[in-house]
Amino acid sequence: MQVLYARHHVKVFRFALRLVKNEQVAEDLIGEVFLDVWRQAGRFEGRAAVTTWLLAITRFKALSALRKRSDAELDDEAVAAIADNADDPEVAVQKKDTGAVLRRCMAGLSAEHREIIDLVYYHEKSVEEVAEIVGIPENTVKTRMFYARRKLAELLKAAGVERGWP
Amino acid sequence: MMATVKQTGDTPSDIEALLPWHAAGTLNARDARRVDEALANDPALARQYAVIRDELAEAIHLNENLGAPSTRAMRKLFAAIDAEPARRPRASFHPAARLAAFFASLSPRTLAYAASAAVLALVVQAGVIGTIVVKERGATYGTASQAAKQATGGAYALVRFAPEARAADIAAFLDRAQASIVDGPKAGMFRVRIGETALPRDELDRRIARMQDDAVISFAAAAE
Repeated sequence: MQVLYARHHVKVFRFALRLVKNEQVAEDLIGEVFLDVWRQAGRFEGRAAVTTWLLAITRFKALSALRKRSDAELDDEAVAAIADNADDPEVAVQKKDTGAVLRRCMAGLSAEHREIIDLVYYHEKSVEEVAEIVGIPENTVKTRMFYARRKLAELLKAAGVERGWP
Repeated sequence: MMATVKQTGDTPSDIEALLPWHAAGTLNARDARRVDEALANDPALARQYAVIRDELAEAIHLNENLGAPSTRAMRKLFAAIDAEPARRPRASFHPAARLAAFFASLSPRTLAYAASAAVLALVVQAGVIGTIVVKERGATYGTASQAAKQATGGAYALVRFAPEARAADIAAFLDRAQASIVDGPKAGMFRVRIGETALPRDELDRRIARMQDDAVISFAAAAE
Protein backbone atom coordinates (compact mmCIF):
# COMPACT_ATOMS: atom_id res chain seq x y z
CA MET A 1 0.00 0.00 0.00
CA GLN A 2 2.89 2.32 0.82
CA VAL A 3 4.38 1.65 -2.60
CA LEU A 4 1.06 2.31 -4.34
CA TYR A 5 0.53 5.49 -2.33
CA ALA A 6 4.07 6.74 -2.92
CA ARG A 7 3.74 6.21 -6.65
CA HIS A 8 0.34 7.71 -7.27
CA HIS A 9 -0.77 10.03 -4.48
CA VAL A 10 0.55 13.26 -6.03
CA LYS A 11 -1.23 12.79 -9.36
CA VAL A 12 -4.40 11.62 -7.63
CA PHE A 13 -4.25 14.70 -5.40
CA ARG A 14 -3.79 17.05 -8.36
CA PHE A 15 -6.67 15.45 -10.25
CA ALA A 16 -8.88 15.82 -7.16
CA LEU A 17 -7.73 19.39 -6.56
CA ARG A 18 -8.60 20.43 -10.12
CA LEU A 19 -12.08 19.00 -9.59
CA VAL A 20 -12.89 20.28 -6.10
CA LYS A 21 -10.63 23.39 -6.10
CA ASN A 22 -9.91 23.11 -2.39
CA GLU A 23 -6.66 21.66 -1.03
CA GLN A 24 -8.15 20.51 2.27
CA VAL A 25 -11.01 18.72 0.52
CA ALA A 26 -8.60 17.21 -2.04
CA GLU A 27 -6.36 15.86 0.74
CA ASP A 28 -9.35 14.32 2.51
CA LEU A 29 -10.43 12.82 -0.80
CA ILE A 30 -7.16 11.07 -1.53
CA GLY A 31 -7.29 9.53 1.94
CA GLU A 32 -10.75 8.17 1.14
CA VAL A 33 -9.62 6.97 -2.29
CA PHE A 34 -6.65 4.97 -1.02
CA LEU A 35 -8.65 3.63 1.92
CA ASP A 36 -11.25 2.36 -0.58
CA VAL A 37 -8.46 0.83 -2.64
CA TRP A 38 -7.20 -0.92 0.49
CA ARG A 39 -10.67 -2.24 1.24
CA GLN A 40 -11.51 -3.25 -2.34
CA ALA A 41 -8.14 -4.53 -3.57
CA GLY A 42 -9.70 -7.94 -4.22
CA ARG A 43 -12.15 -6.41 -6.67
CA PHE A 44 -9.49 -4.91 -8.91
CA GLU A 45 -9.62 -7.15 -11.95
CA GLY A 46 -6.47 -5.92 -13.65
CA ARG A 47 -8.31 -5.10 -16.88
CA ALA A 48 -7.36 -1.43 -16.58
CA ALA A 49 -4.21 0.34 -15.46
CA VAL A 50 -4.06 1.02 -11.72
CA THR A 51 -4.02 4.77 -12.39
CA THR A 52 -7.24 4.51 -14.42
CA TRP A 53 -8.89 2.72 -11.50
CA LEU A 54 -7.57 5.30 -9.00
CA LEU A 55 -8.70 8.27 -11.10
CA ALA A 56 -12.16 6.76 -11.62
CA ILE A 57 -12.60 6.35 -7.84
CA THR A 58 -11.24 9.88 -7.27
CA ARG A 59 -13.65 11.36 -9.79
CA PHE A 60 -16.62 9.60 -8.19
CA LYS A 61 -15.66 10.80 -4.72
CA ALA A 62 -14.92 14.34 -5.92
CA LEU A 63 -18.34 14.64 -7.56
CA SER A 64 -19.99 13.30 -4.40
CA ALA A 65 -18.09 15.86 -2.32
CA LEU A 66 -19.09 18.65 -4.69
CA ARG A 67 -22.74 17.70 -4.47
CA LYS A 68 -22.60 18.06 -0.68
CA ARG A 69 -21.43 21.66 -0.84
CA SER A 70 -23.45 24.73 -1.65
CA ASP A 71 -23.03 26.55 -4.95
CA ALA A 72 -22.14 29.80 -3.21
CA GLU A 73 -19.35 28.15 -1.28
CA LEU A 74 -18.10 26.56 -4.48
CA ASP A 75 -18.11 29.82 -6.43
CA ASP A 76 -16.10 31.61 -3.75
CA GLU A 77 -13.60 28.79 -3.59
CA ALA A 78 -13.39 28.53 -7.35
CA VAL A 79 -12.42 32.18 -7.60
CA ALA A 80 -9.89 31.76 -4.78
CA ALA A 81 -8.42 28.64 -6.34
CA ILE A 82 -8.07 30.19 -9.78
CA ALA A 83 -6.50 33.32 -8.35
CA ASP A 84 -2.76 32.83 -8.19
CA ASN A 85 0.33 34.90 -8.69
CA ALA A 86 -0.16 35.03 -12.43
CA ASP A 87 -1.31 38.21 -14.15
CA ASP A 88 -4.84 38.68 -15.41
CA PRO A 89 -5.21 37.51 -19.02
CA GLU A 90 -5.21 41.06 -20.39
CA VAL A 91 -2.06 42.00 -18.46
CA ALA A 92 -0.38 38.77 -19.51
CA VAL A 93 -1.23 39.45 -23.14
CA GLN A 94 0.32 42.90 -22.86
CA LYS A 95 3.43 41.19 -21.55
CA LYS A 96 3.18 38.71 -24.44
CA ASP A 97 3.10 35.84 -21.91
CA THR A 98 0.72 33.66 -23.88
CA GLY A 99 1.61 30.58 -21.82
CA ALA A 100 0.26 32.27 -18.68
CA VAL A 101 -2.89 33.32 -20.57
CA LEU A 102 -3.38 29.78 -21.79
CA ARG A 103 -3.07 28.40 -18.25
CA ARG A 104 -5.42 31.06 -16.90
CA CYS A 105 -7.99 30.24 -19.58
CA MET A 106 -7.64 26.50 -18.88
CA ALA A 107 -8.45 27.21 -15.23
CA GLY A 108 -11.53 29.11 -16.41
CA LEU A 109 -13.02 26.17 -18.33
CA SER A 110 -16.05 24.31 -17.01
CA ALA A 111 -15.35 21.35 -14.70
CA GLU A 112 -16.30 18.92 -17.49
CA HIS A 113 -13.85 20.51 -19.94
CA ARG A 114 -11.08 20.94 -17.36
CA GLU A 115 -11.39 17.31 -16.42
CA ILE A 116 -10.98 15.97 -19.96
CA ILE A 117 -8.10 18.31 -20.76
CA ASP A 118 -6.27 17.16 -17.63
CA LEU A 119 -6.93 13.48 -18.24
CA VAL A 120 -5.66 13.62 -21.83
CA TYR A 121 -2.76 16.05 -21.54
CA TYR A 122 -1.49 15.62 -17.97
CA HIS A 123 -2.57 12.14 -16.92
CA GLU A 124 -1.82 10.75 -20.41
CA LYS A 125 -4.99 8.70 -20.62
CA SER A 126 -6.03 7.09 -23.89
CA VAL A 127 -9.49 7.51 -25.42
CA GLU A 128 -10.54 4.16 -23.94
CA GLU A 129 -9.21 5.01 -20.47
CA VAL A 130 -10.90 8.42 -20.39
CA ALA A 131 -14.15 6.71 -21.41
CA GLU A 132 -13.76 4.31 -18.48
CA ILE A 133 -12.91 7.02 -15.94
CA VAL A 134 -15.64 9.47 -16.98
CA GLY A 135 -18.20 6.79 -17.88
CA ILE A 136 -19.03 8.00 -21.38
CA PRO A 137 -18.69 6.39 -24.86
CA GLU A 138 -15.36 6.72 -26.66
CA ASN A 139 -16.82 8.90 -29.44
CA THR A 140 -18.19 11.27 -26.80
CA VAL A 141 -14.71 11.45 -25.28
CA LYS A 142 -13.30 12.61 -28.63
CA THR A 143 -16.01 15.21 -29.26
CA ARG A 144 -15.90 16.47 -25.66
CA MET A 145 -12.16 17.01 -25.97
CA PHE A 146 -12.72 18.85 -29.25
CA TYR A 147 -15.34 21.15 -27.70
CA ALA A 148 -13.17 21.73 -24.63
CA ARG A 149 -10.38 22.88 -26.93
CA ARG A 150 -12.75 25.07 -28.91
CA LYS A 151 -14.03 26.69 -25.71
CA LEU A 152 -10.43 27.28 -24.72
CA ALA A 153 -9.82 28.97 -28.08
CA GLU A 154 -12.84 31.23 -27.46
CA LEU A 155 -11.55 32.22 -24.02
CA LEU A 156 -8.13 32.93 -25.48
CA LYS A 157 -9.63 35.02 -28.27
CA ALA A 158 -11.61 37.02 -25.69
CA ALA A 159 -8.32 37.59 -23.85
CA GLY A 160 -6.72 38.87 -27.04
CA VAL A 161 -4.78 35.77 -28.10
CA GLU A 162 -5.24 34.54 -31.67
CA ARG A 163 -3.70 31.17 -32.40
CA GLY A 164 -4.98 30.52 -35.91
CA TRP A 165 -7.40 27.84 -34.74
CA PRO A 166 -10.29 27.32 -35.16
CA MET B 1 -4.92 15.66 -48.91
CA MET B 2 -6.67 18.75 -47.57
CA ALA B 3 -9.93 17.23 -46.42
CA THR B 4 -8.77 16.12 -42.97
CA VAL B 5 -10.06 19.28 -41.25
CA LYS B 6 -13.74 19.95 -41.84
CA GLN B 7 -14.43 23.52 -42.88
CA THR B 8 -17.56 23.87 -40.69
CA GLY B 9 -15.63 23.35 -37.42
CA ASP B 10 -18.78 21.99 -35.74
CA THR B 11 -17.55 18.46 -35.46
CA PRO B 12 -14.01 17.21 -35.81
CA SER B 13 -12.97 14.84 -38.56
CA ASP B 14 -11.84 11.39 -37.47
CA ILE B 15 -8.15 12.31 -37.65
CA GLU B 16 -8.62 15.79 -36.19
CA ALA B 17 -10.32 14.30 -33.12
CA LEU B 18 -7.26 12.14 -32.45
CA LEU B 19 -4.70 14.98 -32.47
CA PRO B 20 -4.64 15.58 -28.67
CA TRP B 21 -3.91 11.90 -28.02
CA HIS B 22 -1.25 11.90 -30.71
CA ALA B 23 0.43 14.86 -29.00
CA ALA B 24 0.24 13.04 -25.64
CA GLY B 25 1.67 9.86 -27.19
CA THR B 26 -1.27 7.67 -26.17
CA LEU B 27 -2.54 6.52 -29.56
CA ASN B 28 -2.08 2.94 -30.71
CA ALA B 29 0.48 2.36 -33.47
CA ARG B 30 -2.11 2.15 -36.25
CA ASP B 31 -3.85 5.43 -35.37
CA ALA B 32 -0.53 7.17 -34.75
CA ARG B 33 0.59 6.20 -38.26
CA ARG B 34 -2.68 7.50 -39.75
CA VAL B 35 -2.29 10.82 -37.94
CA ASP B 36 1.37 11.15 -38.97
CA GLU B 37 0.45 10.62 -42.61
CA ALA B 38 -2.35 13.18 -42.40
CA LEU B 39 -0.08 15.73 -40.69
CA ALA B 40 2.51 15.34 -43.44
CA ASN B 41 -0.09 16.15 -46.12
CA ASP B 42 -2.38 18.70 -44.50
CA PRO B 43 -0.87 22.09 -43.49
CA ALA B 44 -4.06 23.19 -41.69
CA LEU B 45 -4.00 20.06 -39.57
CA ALA B 46 -0.29 20.57 -38.85
CA ARG B 47 -1.03 24.15 -37.66
CA GLN B 48 -3.73 22.86 -35.35
CA TYR B 49 -1.33 20.20 -34.06
CA ALA B 50 1.20 22.89 -33.15
CA VAL B 51 -1.54 24.66 -31.15
CA ILE B 52 -2.36 21.40 -29.39
CA ARG B 53 1.28 20.85 -28.42
CA ASP B 54 1.27 24.30 -26.77
CA GLU B 55 -1.90 23.38 -24.89
CA LEU B 56 -0.33 20.12 -23.73
CA ALA B 57 2.79 21.87 -22.45
CA GLU B 58 0.75 24.45 -20.52
CA ALA B 59 -1.62 21.81 -19.10
CA ILE B 60 1.40 19.97 -17.70
CA HIS B 61 2.85 23.23 -16.37
CA LEU B 62 -0.48 24.11 -14.72
CA ASN B 63 -0.85 20.73 -13.03
CA GLU B 64 2.78 20.44 -11.96
CA ASN B 65 2.41 23.75 -10.14
CA LEU B 66 -0.48 22.48 -8.04
CA GLY B 67 1.92 21.12 -5.43
CA ALA B 68 1.53 17.93 -3.44
CA PRO B 69 -0.54 16.84 -0.47
CA SER B 70 0.86 17.32 3.02
CA THR B 71 2.19 14.42 5.06
CA ARG B 72 -0.93 14.83 7.22
CA ALA B 73 -2.93 13.10 4.45
CA MET B 74 -0.58 10.10 4.51
CA ARG B 75 -0.55 9.85 8.31
CA LYS B 76 -4.34 10.03 8.40
CA LEU B 77 -4.67 7.34 5.72
CA PHE B 78 -2.34 4.84 7.39
CA ALA B 79 -3.92 5.48 10.79
CA ALA B 80 -7.28 4.67 9.19
CA ILE B 81 -5.86 1.50 7.63
CA ASP B 82 -4.39 0.42 10.98
CA ALA B 83 -7.81 0.97 12.56
CA GLU B 84 -9.51 -1.23 9.96
CA PRO B 85 -10.80 -4.56 11.26
CA ALA B 86 -8.85 -7.61 10.06
CA ARG B 87 -10.14 -8.58 6.65
CA ARG B 88 -11.92 -11.90 6.45
CA PRO B 89 -12.13 -13.94 3.25
CA ARG B 90 -15.50 -13.59 1.56
CA ALA B 91 -17.51 -16.80 1.35
CA SER B 92 -17.09 -18.27 -2.10
CA PHE B 93 -17.11 -21.74 -3.51
CA HIS B 94 -14.67 -20.87 -6.28
CA PRO B 95 -11.19 -22.15 -5.35
CA ALA B 96 -9.45 -19.18 -7.06
CA ALA B 97 -11.63 -16.69 -5.17
CA ARG B 98 -10.88 -18.48 -1.89
CA LEU B 99 -7.16 -18.38 -2.63
CA ALA B 100 -7.34 -14.65 -3.51
CA ALA B 101 -9.29 -13.94 -0.33
CA PHE B 102 -6.73 -15.84 1.72
CA PHE B 103 -3.83 -13.81 0.31
CA ALA B 104 -5.83 -10.59 0.76
CA SER B 105 -6.19 -11.40 4.45
CA LEU B 106 -2.42 -11.55 4.98
CA SER B 107 -0.42 -8.52 6.03
CA PRO B 108 2.20 -7.22 3.58
CA ARG B 109 5.02 -8.37 5.88
CA THR B 110 3.55 -11.86 6.17
CA LEU B 111 3.21 -11.98 2.39
CA ALA B 112 6.82 -10.93 1.93
CA TYR B 113 8.01 -13.72 4.22
CA ALA B 114 5.65 -16.17 2.53
CA ALA B 115 7.02 -15.19 -0.90
CA SER B 116 10.59 -15.69 0.36
CA ALA B 117 9.65 -19.09 1.82
CA ALA B 118 7.98 -20.10 -1.46
CA VAL B 119 11.08 -19.20 -3.47
CA LEU B 120 13.25 -21.08 -0.97
CA ALA B 121 10.98 -24.13 -1.26
CA LEU B 122 11.29 -24.00 -5.06
CA VAL B 123 15.08 -23.82 -4.89
CA VAL B 124 15.21 -26.75 -2.41
CA GLN B 125 12.79 -28.74 -4.54
CA ALA B 126 14.87 -28.08 -7.65
CA GLY B 127 17.96 -29.24 -5.76
CA VAL B 128 16.28 -32.46 -4.58
CA ILE B 129 14.97 -33.28 -8.06
CA GLY B 130 18.36 -32.45 -9.54
CA THR B 131 20.13 -34.73 -7.06
CA ILE B 132 17.77 -37.61 -7.87
CA VAL B 133 18.26 -37.12 -11.62
CA VAL B 134 22.03 -36.91 -11.26
CA LYS B 135 22.11 -40.11 -9.20
CA GLU B 136 19.85 -41.97 -11.60
CA ARG B 137 21.48 -40.80 -14.82
CA GLY B 138 25.11 -40.53 -13.83
CA ALA B 139 25.43 -36.77 -13.80
CA THR B 140 24.30 -36.36 -17.41
CA TYR B 141 21.88 -33.59 -16.50
CA GLY B 142 22.08 -30.54 -14.18
CA THR B 143 19.42 -28.58 -12.32
CA ALA B 144 18.06 -25.30 -13.57
CA SER B 145 19.84 -23.47 -10.75
CA GLN B 146 23.12 -25.17 -11.62
CA ALA B 147 22.66 -24.16 -15.22
CA ALA B 148 22.03 -20.59 -14.14
CA LYS B 149 25.18 -20.59 -12.02
CA GLN B 150 27.21 -22.10 -14.80
CA ALA B 151 25.87 -19.69 -17.42
CA THR B 152 28.69 -17.48 -18.55
CA GLY B 153 28.56 -13.89 -19.61
CA GLY B 154 25.37 -12.94 -17.75
CA ALA B 155 24.91 -9.85 -15.57
CA TYR B 156 23.81 -10.45 -11.97
CA ALA B 157 22.78 -8.49 -8.91
CA LEU B 158 22.15 -9.28 -5.26
CA VAL B 159 18.95 -7.79 -3.94
CA ARG B 160 16.97 -7.73 -0.71
CA PHE B 161 13.26 -7.02 -1.03
CA ALA B 162 11.58 -4.53 1.29
CA PRO B 163 9.72 -6.33 4.12
CA GLU B 164 6.41 -4.72 3.14
CA ALA B 165 6.76 -5.72 -0.54
CA ARG B 166 4.02 -8.06 -1.66
CA ALA B 167 4.37 -10.95 -4.08
CA ALA B 168 2.66 -8.87 -6.80
CA ASP B 169 5.07 -5.97 -6.15
CA ILE B 170 8.06 -8.31 -6.46
CA ALA B 171 6.71 -9.79 -9.70
CA ALA B 172 6.13 -6.27 -11.08
CA PHE B 173 9.66 -5.26 -10.08
CA LEU B 174 11.15 -8.29 -11.87
CA ASP B 175 9.16 -7.33 -14.98
CA ARG B 176 10.32 -3.73 -14.80
CA ALA B 177 13.95 -4.67 -14.27
CA GLN B 178 13.72 -7.50 -16.85
CA ALA B 179 15.25 -9.66 -14.17
CA SER B 180 14.77 -13.21 -12.97
CA ILE B 181 15.63 -14.79 -9.60
CA VAL B 182 18.33 -17.42 -10.06
CA ASP B 183 19.29 -18.12 -6.46
CA GLY B 184 18.40 -17.39 -2.86
CA PRO B 185 17.33 -16.39 -0.42
CA LYS B 186 20.66 -16.50 1.39
CA ALA B 187 20.76 -14.25 4.44
CA GLY B 188 17.65 -12.61 3.04
CA MET B 189 19.34 -11.87 -0.31
CA PHE B 190 18.34 -13.09 -3.75
CA ARG B 191 20.66 -13.39 -6.74
CA VAL B 192 18.89 -12.06 -9.85
CA ARG B 193 19.99 -12.13 -13.46
CA ILE B 194 19.55 -8.70 -15.06
CA GLY B 195 21.13 -9.39 -18.43
CA GLU B 196 21.76 -12.35 -20.71
CA THR B 197 25.26 -11.05 -21.37
CA ALA B 198 27.74 -9.15 -19.22
CA LEU B 199 26.98 -5.42 -19.08
CA PRO B 200 29.49 -2.57 -19.35
CA ARG B 201 30.38 -1.21 -15.89
CA ASP B 202 28.54 2.11 -16.31
CA GLU B 203 25.42 0.38 -17.60
CA LEU B 204 25.55 -2.11 -14.71
CA ASP B 205 25.96 0.76 -12.20
CA ARG B 206 23.01 2.56 -13.76
CA ARG B 207 20.81 -0.53 -13.54
CA ILE B 208 21.80 -1.14 -9.91
CA ALA B 209 21.15 2.52 -9.03
CA ARG B 210 17.70 2.28 -10.62
CA MET B 211 16.99 -0.84 -8.55
CA GLN B 212 18.08 0.93 -5.35
CA ASP B 213 15.57 3.68 -6.13
CA ASP B 214 12.77 1.15 -6.43
CA ALA B 215 10.49 1.11 -3.38
CA VAL B 216 10.32 -2.70 -3.53
CA ILE B 217 14.06 -3.01 -2.99
CA SER B 218 15.80 -2.33 0.32
CA PHE B 219 19.30 -3.30 -0.93
CA ALA B 220 20.87 -3.92 -4.33
CA ALA B 221 24.47 -4.51 -5.42
CA ALA B 222 26.26 -5.92 -8.44
CA ALA B 223 27.18 -9.61 -8.19
CA GLU B 224 29.39 -12.04 -10.08
